[in-house]
Amino acid sequence: MLEIKNLIVQIEDKRILNGLNLTVNKGEVAAIMGPNGSGKSTLSYVIAGKEDYEVLDGEILLNGENVLEMEPDQRAAAGVFLAFQYPLEIPGVASMTFLKATLNAQRKARGEAELTTPDFIKRVNAAATQLEIPKDMLKRALNVGFSGGEKKRMEILQMALLQPSFCILDETDSGLDIDALRIVSEGVNALRSSDRAFLVITHYQRLLNYIVPDTVHVMSSGRIVKTGGKELALELEANGYADYRDSEAA
Amino acid sequence: MADVTLMKTPAETALAQAFESAKTSLPGQAESRAQAFEQFTQRGLPHRRVEEFKYTDLRAMMREIAPFAGVPAADEARAALAGAKALASVKALQVPFVNGHFVREAVDFHNLPENVEIVPLAEALAENHDWLARLSPVPWANDNPVYQLNTSFMADGVMIRIAGPVEMPVHLRFVTSAASAVATATRILVVVEEGASVTLLETHESTDGANHQPNDVIEMIAGDRTNVQHVRINAEGDKALALSTLAARIGGDALFNSINVVAGSATSRHQVFAVLDGENTNLRVNGATMLKGVQHADSTLVVEHAAPHCESRELFKTVIDNEATGVFQGKIIVPHHAQKTDGRMMSAALLLEEGGSMNNKPELEIFADDVQCAHGATCGQLDEDLLFYLMARGLPKKEAERLLVQAFLGEALEFVENEAAREALIETVEGWLKART
Repeated sequence: MLEIKNLIVQIEDKRILNGLNLTVNKGEVAAIMGPNGSGKSTLSYVIAGKEDYEVLDGEILLNGENVLEMEPDQRAAAGVFLAFQYPLEIPGVASMTFLKATLNAQRKARGEAELTTPDFIKRVNAAATQLEIPKDMLKRALNVGFSGGEKKRMEILQMALLQPSFCILDETDSGLDIDALRIVSEGVNALRSSDRAFLVITHYQRLLNYIVPDTVHVMSSGRIVKTGGKELALELEANGYADYRDSEAA
Repeated sequence: MADVTLMKTPAETALAQAFESAKTSLPGQAESRAQAFEQFTQRGLPHRRVEEFKYTDLRAMMREIAPFAGVPAADEARAALAGAKALASVKALQVPFVNGHFVREAVDFHNLPENVEIVPLAEALAENHDWLARLSPVPWANDNPVYQLNTSFMADGVMIRIAGPVEMPVHLRFVTSAASAVATATRILVVVEEGASVTLLETHESTDGANHQPNDVIEMIAGDRTNVQHVRINAEGDKALALSTLAARIGGDALFNSINVVAGSATSRHQVFAVLDGENTNLRVNGATMLKGVQHADSTLVVEHAAPHCESRELFKTVIDNEATGVFQGKIIVPHHAQKTDGRMMSAALLLEEGGSMNNKPELEIFADDVQCAHGATCGQLDEDLLFYLMARGLPKKEAERLLVQAFLGEALEFVENEAAREALIETVEGWLKART
């Protein structure tokens, strides 16, 4: 599904990713763990297509297609979805308006017909109910005045509506209390399927108790330095990242 | 001191000639016109060294004066009104003007809504109607050259009296259909009596390609406990030079909400002069301006808190594409006795391309010591992070930009209470954005 080969990325002359290799298969939930500053968020932005980063080398293939040549909206239409660590507030744009515009833009890009309003509302309501998002929140401007947990739930709502094939969760657990973490995780787990892959970026093992990964990758200094099963997350939780920082220095 | 003979520009000479030839045929007392024109002549067309016109140099912008428009033939007026589009979707009592002249045939004077009285201004001036004493509710507006020109040349208009609550909006519709350039000068007086409420719509449309020069003044006297909702749209033709003034005196415990949307004209200047004359009044003046090409739009605002315990909110949003120029000049005056004044003024501009410019001049003149007043001015581009967020959700760049610009202007439009009018304004914004290449 996703194949990253020798990815080298810098921002303002500072190298963040140093020849990163990563493969995520269809149906797989892959977790990336690593210390602050290891390049986890950069990786998520580069996959989604943020402009600020300069890709010096390497490629990112999604189902065999190099996404680095695509605009962010084209990547979205091709199935990439990034759940932001800090979802942005958009004053003046009602959440419903935003959801409808994005959904229909993606459908249009894929050559599908726009959804009718009743059909759209039905889908939003179903997803909102599952994520315990009250309806009046959907009428408010997107993310404006929302709590941290509400913003994250709104991200997952978007994911549920857009039905992407490759989902990146960038520190989705940050700023969530236990209840919100459970709701968000249930929302994500409901979307797990054999033709959808997830890349779950997190500092802490806690999230992985709720969203149980198939594989765990350790990232340090812009590279994947170790790959293992879900037990690797527990090991990291117990021992910290010190070993991997050392191995990098060696 | 030696007499100084000022050099007149060709436009000023043309105005003097126009005044000479028109003054005998214009309705009403020639005296006040002559006085206004004399005042205007003393300083001439304002230019960039006149502080209030620093960013809108009328001497440079008005090189020529278009001939004043005559009364249109009945069929021309009918055709012009039939083709009018601005706020056409809003059900309202139509008070229409074509080429600056009131189309009285379009108003059924015998079946006006309850609490509405309308007197044609030309008639009132000729008969010396007793309402005329209520003109010029903001005395210091008389010092303004644009206002002086209107007083000198005002050829037609209406006086409207709102005696109580009026459900249906009153729509002052101005259409200039002349194929070649004309100048117009209209004066509207709206008296909203104590406890009355009204929604006033005001739309200005004209033919493209002609250098029309409208100069419109709306004066309002809103009594105590009134509620006035005013929605104005400048949808003038692409070559028009549109000057306009709203002068309002507002009593106590009142609500007054005015918005001006600029979606047309090559050059425009809209002036709002408001005096809060009673306690506990709530004033809101908003602006939403959309500019492209080399358009120029000036929003000038002076709010005098003449009574304590009033609140004023001013929010002006300007979107500038290409090499257009926006101007915002806002002044809040709080005299000694106006304690507990709460005033907040904000102008925000969005520059979509390099080459556009915005001039922001917020001013506070505060003499009272127990007040809360703030002003802010921002000028910037679309937020790259927001654009990325929207694109990452699948919106193509142009569409993402459109949504953000719409949201930006939407903050000024959301205070329009009349739902149909608000929706029509949002459609105007969408239309403008779709026309962007």
